Amino acid sequence: MAGEGLSRRGFAFGAAALGAAGCGPPPRGDTGPGGELRVGAYLSLSGEEAQFGIDTREGIDLATGEANAAGGVRGRRLVVVYADDKTDPYETAQKVRMLIDREGVLALLGEVASGRSRVGGLVANQRKVPMITPSSTDARVTRGRPYVFRACFTSEAQASAAAAFVARSLGRRKAALLYAAQDPYSSGLAAAFRKAALALSLPLVAEKGFQKGEKNFRTYLNQLAAAGPDVVYAPLYYTDMVPVARQARAAGLPGSLFFGCDAWDAEDLLRDAGAELEGALFTNHYALDVPWESSTRFVAAYRRRFGREPSGIAAQGYDAARLLYDAIVRAEPLDREGLRGAIAATRGFGGATGAISIDDERNAQKAVLVVAVRGGRFRFHAAAPGA
Amino acid sequence: MGPLAGATLQGLAQGSMIALIALGYTMVYGVLGLINFAHGEVFMAAAFAGQIVLVGGAGYLPAPLAFAFALAAALAAALAVGLAVERGAYRPLLERPPGPGPRPSPLVTALAMSVLLQNVAVVAFGTRPRSYPQLDLPTQPLIVAAALAAMLALQATLARTWLGKAMRATAADAEAARLVGLRAPRVVAFTFALGSALAALGAVLYCLDQSQAYPTMGAALGTRAFAAAVLGGIGSVPGAVLGGLLLGLVGEWSKLTDYAGGQDVLSFAALVVVLLVRPTGLLGRRREEKV
Repeated sequence: MAGEGLSRRGFAFGAAALGAAGCGPPPRGDTGPGGELRVGAYLSLSGEEAQFGIDTREGIDLATGEANAAGGVRGRRLVVVYADDKTDPYETAQKVRMLIDREGVLALLGEVASGRSRVGGLVANQRKVPMITPSSTDARVTRGRPYVFRACFTSEAQASAAAAFVARSLGRRKAALLYAAQDPYSSGLAAAFRKAALALSLPLVAEKGFQKGEKNFRTYLNQLAAAGPDVVYAPLYYTDMVPVARQARAAGLPGSLFFGCDAWDAEDLLRDAGAELEGALFTNHYALDVPWESSTRFVAAYRRRFGREPSGIAAQGYDAARLLYDAIVRAEPLDREGLRGAIAATRGFGGATGAISIDDERNAQKAVLVVAVRGGRFRFHAAAPGA
Repeated sequence: MGPLAGATLQGLAQGSMIALIALGYTMVYGVLGLINFAHGEVFMAAAFAGQIVLVGGAGYLPAPLAFAFALAAALAAALAVGLAVERGAYRPLLERPPGPGPRPSPLVTALAMSVLLQNVAVVAFGTRPRSYPQLDLPTQPLIVAAALAAMLALQATLARTWLGKAMRATAADAEAARLVGLRAPRVVAFTFALGSALAALGAVLYCLDQSQAYPTMGAALGTRAFAAAVLGGIGSVPGAVLGGLLLGLVGEWSKLTDYAGGQDVLSFAALVVVLLVRPTGLLGRRREEKV
């Protein structure tokens, strides 16, 4: 027993010593080797949501390549250190600590999923390292965290823009709501839509929350159809939207009644339910054919480099990285504190997904796009005014 | 059709699919006293095999023929996976003579096989759901009819065939069955084959109805099917069918309420209540004829 206690104490001492060595004053990103500026990016490069991570990395790579080709930032070369969080929140915390402590990055980019951005943002904020999430829309990612920013709109902004567009531009008067009850993203959008609809006096005639993982929507859809809505707001992931769209037809709800959210933005949705959803609309950050100069330039550059069309996620990765590099140019002095101030002071930044201003809550103020499903493709429909 | 009638039809269809999978759990438990947690993954493998064949043949074949081919492929995949799991993960442990030291529980390997097979599917097929092509078939009546036919066939197999009788004998008393000369490995393999075939039928019907195959689908539906087997009395064949239909109907009806998001909460609350009143399940009996 005594021996065991001793060895345990010895272990604790060793761990403390290691901790002191590893977590001491972290090396600053601006003193990287060879005068490089080191930026960290933690992304789901493998695992369930690998596509999100890979698309974001391509967007960041494109922005970094352009900046370095133009002589770097402040005359110094940019290096992005990527860390794979394996689509796992625990791994995320580890990788963010690694980027800060071992790689000594100046700032962080990541993640796509709000759950992992919240974990990463918690660590970044504790260590006072500025972080920009390219695509996490959950309000809690940035709330109360002075070092965490986002380059996209929030769920609240998206859902209230959707409600305003449905009520004002489309003139619909009977809305129904279908959402995943245990999913914070889906139910968050549903709650924001409900609130906005109330404010716009847009009546909600039917509302159904389903259990996450459910693939059998007929009973819900029959109930919604019985209420005779003229629009169905469905803030669902595309993986759920495919069976919903297919089963809706049998329930007598045509695809054109549906109005969705940015999680619809996936080729799989077009391939598996494009025909069923013909005429449906959804809010998004981006559309391939949006007639903005900064967007068309990005699309052309992306095609040149990767030989295919960029996804919305890639466009957001590109914007988040460019917004960060723009702030590095303006940071005074060039350290984490100065950079935080520079990001917060971003106004009217011309991104591929539209003009971005960072507000007092560290969220991006920007236009919400309405995209249509037409002829088996996503088409730019209109720009809904940001809320 | 009003919402209640629609939900009832849907609940019967959903329940018969749950029942088809629950039968696999209950038969293996009856014969081996083992809960085969990898059974959900047999279902998943069959769903993927059916999807691949349907996607390949959907353009060329008429719907009933494509369905038949998909069913055959699903059956082959389910048998392969089901028998491989039995051979590789359970038999070596069950045959091991009781010696000194703790006996490794087959329950642990069952869970391990479940995790392993799910991850193999992730590597082989990716995590994105694969959509089934839509065949022009009346899916819900087809599901109820096919499940009913399969259950009657199962009942006949158990009652009339030699292997079916051997299964029931092994379930009633494994030691006595061995003493009268029944070869246990053969009976066990037959039990797994039967369960896997029912799971394959369930998988193709499920996917035609709900249109997607994905690696964790076995775990999602397997939980409900296992609950159905326990609800009906694990080891009892009619119990599994009754439990499946009950869970299907309660699940669909709960979708009509305002608590639709907590569908499993309601289903499992029903399970807890039944088990409090009847710890052996609805039709389960203590140490009597099982399978």
